Amino acid sequence: MKPWRFEVFSKPGFPDVHGNKVLEDIRALGIDLVDAVTTAQVFLVEAPVDDAFAARIANELLADPVCEDVHTGRRPITEPQTTIIEVHLKSGVTDPVAQSVVTAIADMGAEATSVRTARQYVLQGTLDQAVIDVIAKRVLSNDCIEDCILGGSAEPPSPHLKPYALSLTHWPIRDLTDDQLMALSKEKDLFLTLIEMQTIQRYFQTQGREPTDVELESLAQTWSEHCVHKTLKSSVDMTHDGDTIHYDNLLKETVFKATQDLNKPWCISVFSDNAGVVEFDEDTAVCFKVETHNHPSALDPYGGAATGIGGVIRDPMGTGMGAKPVANTDVFCFGLPDKKLEEIPKGILHPKRIMKGVVSGVRDYGNRMGIPTVNGAVYFDDRYLGNPLVYCGNVGILDKNKCFKHQQSGNLIVVVGGRTGRDGIHGATFSSGEMTHEHESVFSHAVQIGNAITEKKTLDVLLQANAANLYESITDCGAGGLSSAIGEMGEALGADVDLDKVPLKYAGLSYTEIWISEAQERMVIAVKPENLKAVQAIFDAEDVESTVVGTFTDTKKLILRYQGQQVCDLDMEFLHDGVPKYSRQGVWQTPVLTEPTLAPKSDYTDDLKEILGSYNVASKEWVIRQYDHEVQGGSVIKPLTGVDNDGPSDAAVVRPKLDSNRAVAISCGMNPCYGDIDPYWMALAGIDEAIRNLICVGARPDRIALLDNFCWGNCHKPEVFGSLVRASQACYDGAMAFSAPFISGKDSLNNEFACEDGTTICIPPTLLISAMSLVDDARQCVTMDVKQAGNHIFVVGLTHDELGGSHYYKIHHEIGAHVPKVDLTLAPRLARKMYEAIGSGLVASCHDCSEGGLAVALAEMGFAGGLGLDVSLTGLPVSDDCQAVTSQLFSESNSRYVVEIEPDKADQFTHLMAGLPVACVGLVTQDAVLHITDAGNRTVVKADMVTLKEAWQAPLRW
Amino acid sequence: MAQPKAIVLRAAGINCDNETSHALDLAGAQVDRVHINQLIGQPSMLDQYQILVFPGGFSYGDDVSAGKILANQVIHHLHDTIRAFLDRGNLVLGICNGFQVLVKTGILPGFDTRQSHVTITYNDSDKFEDRWVYLKPQSDHCVFLEPGRTLYLPVAHGEGKVVPTDDAVLTRLQSDHLVAFSYVDKDGEPGPYPINPNGSVLGIAGLTDSTGRVLGLMPHPERHIHATHHPHWTRGAGPSECDGMTIFNNAVTYVKGHL
Repeated sequence: MKPWRFEVFSKPGFPDVHGNKVLEDIRALGIDLVDAVTTAQVFLVEAPVDDAFAARIANELLADPVCEDVHTGRRPITEPQTTIIEVHLKSGVTDPVAQSVVTAIADMGAEATSVRTARQYVLQGTLDQAVIDVIAKRVLSNDCIEDCILGGSAEPPSPHLKPYALSLTHWPIRDLTDDQLMALSKEKDLFLTLIEMQTIQRYFQTQGREPTDVELESLAQTWSEHCVHKTLKSSVDMTHDGDTIHYDNLLKETVFKATQDLNKPWCISVFSDNAGVVEFDEDTAVCFKVETHNHPSALDPYGGAATGIGGVIRDPMGTGMGAKPVANTDVFCFGLPDKKLEEIPKGILHPKRIMKGVVSGVRDYGNRMGIPTVNGAVYFDDRYLGNPLVYCGNVGILDKNKCFKHQQSGNLIVVVGGRTGRDGIHGATFSSGEMTHEHESVFSHAVQIGNAITEKKTLDVLLQANAANLYESITDCGAGGLSSAIGEMGEALGADVDLDKVPLKYAGLSYTEIWISEAQERMVIAVKPENLKAVQAIFDAEDVESTVVGTFTDTKKLILRYQGQQVCDLDMEFLHDGVPKYSRQGVWQTPVLTEPTLAPKSDYTDDLKEILGSYNVASKEWVIRQYDHEVQGGSVIKPLTGVDNDGPSDAAVVRPKLDSNRAVAISCGMNPCYGDIDPYWMALAGIDEAIRNLICVGARPDRIALLDNFCWGNCHKPEVFGSLVRASQACYDGAMAFSAPFISGKDSLNNEFACEDGTTICIPPTLLISAMSLVDDARQCVTMDVKQAGNHIFVVGLTHDELGGSHYYKIHHEIGAHVPKVDLTLAPRLARKMYEAIGSGLVASCHDCSEGGLAVALAEMGFAGGLGLDVSLTGLPVSDDCQAVTSQLFSESNSRYVVEIEPDKADQFTHLMAGLPVACVGLVTQDAVLHITDAGNRTVVKADMVTLKEAWQAPLRW
Repeated sequence: MAQPKAIVLRAAGINCDNETSHALDLAGAQVDRVHINQLIGQPSMLDQYQILVFPGGFSYGDDVSAGKILANQVIHHLHDTIRAFLDRGNLVLGICNGFQVLVKTGILPGFDTRQSHVTITYNDSDKFEDRWVYLKPQSDHCVFLEPGRTLYLPVAHGEGKVVPTDDAVLTRLQSDHLVAFSYVDKDGEPGPYPINPNGSVLGIAGLTDSTGRVLGLMPHPERHIHATHHPHWTRGAGPSECDGMTIFNNAVTYVKGHL
């Protein structure tokens, strides 16, 4: 059947907003040969309908009657000097719009057998082939998932694929030499090491047979760094400045040990399920998980980030018996957005394009799921050029008595949600390796495309099925797809699966592809046979597909079949516990660094403006506003706050239960700059920052739960791994000091990029600390914007001479040596006292003092409140070594809070803080000017708040 | 009369149904959340309700255009049912995506349901934005409104620009008082972006029909029903009856008094 072709485009007089945007992007590349861009949405519809019905589809469904025109067939394009480029999804890539159009045509009374959509761009201007190629590749399409078709007559390839004919494949390994084993691992993209290949070889020698392809693939996925975290669990010999320490299992003896030692009764399930679970109130628990989706986002920023958030949402959905997601978080690291195009190595997308794609990916998926994105951060450093980092988090709530799973043998294995396609093959193994300039073409199949609405529908019905107690266990299909989901659920039991029963998006998938596909939006539940009818009725009622694909058994074996033919027979024990143990070397040699000597100045206003305008400090409003941060109706403290709704909040607060004033506070802390000096203090600074962000809004200091996400370079290099060991040690010390257990964590290693010229770009050690705590009464929270002229400004905490890794040094192109440390005795005391002060209603506003130091914190509080501050450094609590004005203004010492107190509450506040480094340093003023004087009463900073705010807002106002 | 009953319609991608139900519950209605498949299967179930709400979200992913696929479903399966529901004197409220659905079905502005006179299209900024806006009530007969009370509510959408087909339609919207709300600044004056967050013609933020018993609006009243919703609540701001509650309270009060 020849498809109907419909082209939908803006009517004359109505702006082509997409076309204008594309033109802007083309010009941003420095190409000024294009005069105009017009766009059309193309629909290719295969449906047995007559001309009249086709016209109805065109006019009633596809085109907006007010602002769009539609042409059936190809519309004549008569303007001279035009280039037509059509961008089609590669076959097999999910096309959500097409699926909706099929539904809509059915509502109109016809049946479409296939719908595809494409975007058409008509460029005006005299363009040669080279320019067209650049525009097509850099602006209009992404090679990984899309094909560009040039010209006005070329047709896209047929969407229909041939069915798969079973052909059982063995990959013989029993007689291979070590070299041949490694060659096989490489050829099949297994990313297995020699010792792992040898372990597998021995297993099959014992079994007396050769493995099938799907058996090796299952082992490769289950044993991938992404799934088992073998580096963090390895034994370590760590040499620190010549002294040696040994760990049998790094993770268990650092991060996880703190949780065990603290043994909090309110921790319900930690480091075991898909997310860490803690108590919320009498009936409810709250869970939190943060994941990274770095490699996919480097290749396809939009799809990679969308499936990053989509994937992490499924973690709470698959935690316990299933949580309801209530908040998202997102933290990104990119190369500098103003990098020149010609300085970008081959195989890497420009950081600005990556950032725009990532932000829209998280936006479109998170917003469609109806989950508010409430907290995050964005960091820039050129070492993230080849490996941008995309951290996505999700918080969910669940019944306290449904925090554990209980699948049993005899339960049916039911796949719920999206269909399985060829997308995301080898995602888990691919994300465990290093990126190279060839990755773009080699690993395009690892990119997954999401459909948020499928996931939302699946969520809706799963919550109903959970409420009706109709299933015994649930988990998500994440990295490793069905292989890891069913493999994990059946670990202690055994599982029998008929792969040909798995519903497919299209024909042609082999049994191995079905098993390891990482197609999105799929969940697996275990259902008692007697409940199957009831649970499927719930799914059917809302058009969500559910399919029985097998049974959990008691054989402790993983059996896979395709059309009756057995294709896999693995012992669960070998699959899950067979991975050999590693030992690693770590080295940390304290670097010899010196403090720079910068000439003193009499006025630091310009330095302050430059720091406010540096990308890491600058306002992220452009990002934040694109996220719905209020859906679900629980917003208490929004990410942007203050009199004009544009000041930077310290932490987000949401009420997950609308009839209760109890709330969850969510924050993060991260500072890769300090890692260049010492990753130990970097990690502690992250923990301290995340915690003081929570404290600033009024959250409880005794219910703080932490999450760790390590993103590191190649940990086979002892000095890289040594820095990770340092950071892990800090996690233990910080968690113990603050009595704040880690409840979940994840790592992404090998974040290095091999350039064509042989050089390597390695990310700086990057540890994200996410934190969550409780707020007993949301109405007690405070924000960071100053409230009233005449109020007193206090600084709580001690300022040290700690400019190492600071933004002040950064704008002067220095690193320095004195990295901010954390006083592990004082910091928790300050946090507790601040909580008391806020809880007693003494505090009008409170802001965390971090990047950019005191001067930046004061400026932010002032312009957020639309008022001024008059501050003297005379009484500032400082350490003995901190006499220089620059240190007092810009030092990034930890554990400091800037606090606004009404005059009649000042005595009470001072009394409460007795014995701690606290001082009143100034007043809130009506005149909206920031005025700071030094100990000699000389003005060192003076600027009106409008200027400071503009410096802070301008850089990322895109 | 007995306690007013409200039905909040769910569909694939609708995601504001919970908090909208909560708001109606606070206003004193008895609320049921019902999936559209269920209503299509049994249209007569609408008989027991007096308030029908199309809540916000991304029905069917906003594929083709915002609200379009759900509107298509309503047109082909529920058109007569909803018409009869309205003819009985009942109320219909569409919020954000629900407003888009009401416009794309022709239920709003309701001149002649078989023809589209108005659409809602991409924001001038071409991106989704979440921000708070001031809304001035403009219509004299819309039962959901409180004349003279400017509301402060958040918008969160990428396609919220209200566009009439031509000047004649625009004139009629004004002369028939069908513009329910328009975007203004905090002093009540119209202005450019971001006061008007999406470039709507005349700053139209919401529409009603000739009966005044249908309201569609882009901003989210259900997101301003608790004291801590107001973005300046830590600055002591916010009236005792939260702005968003007025819309739900007025609807419930109307039903109690008239039906």
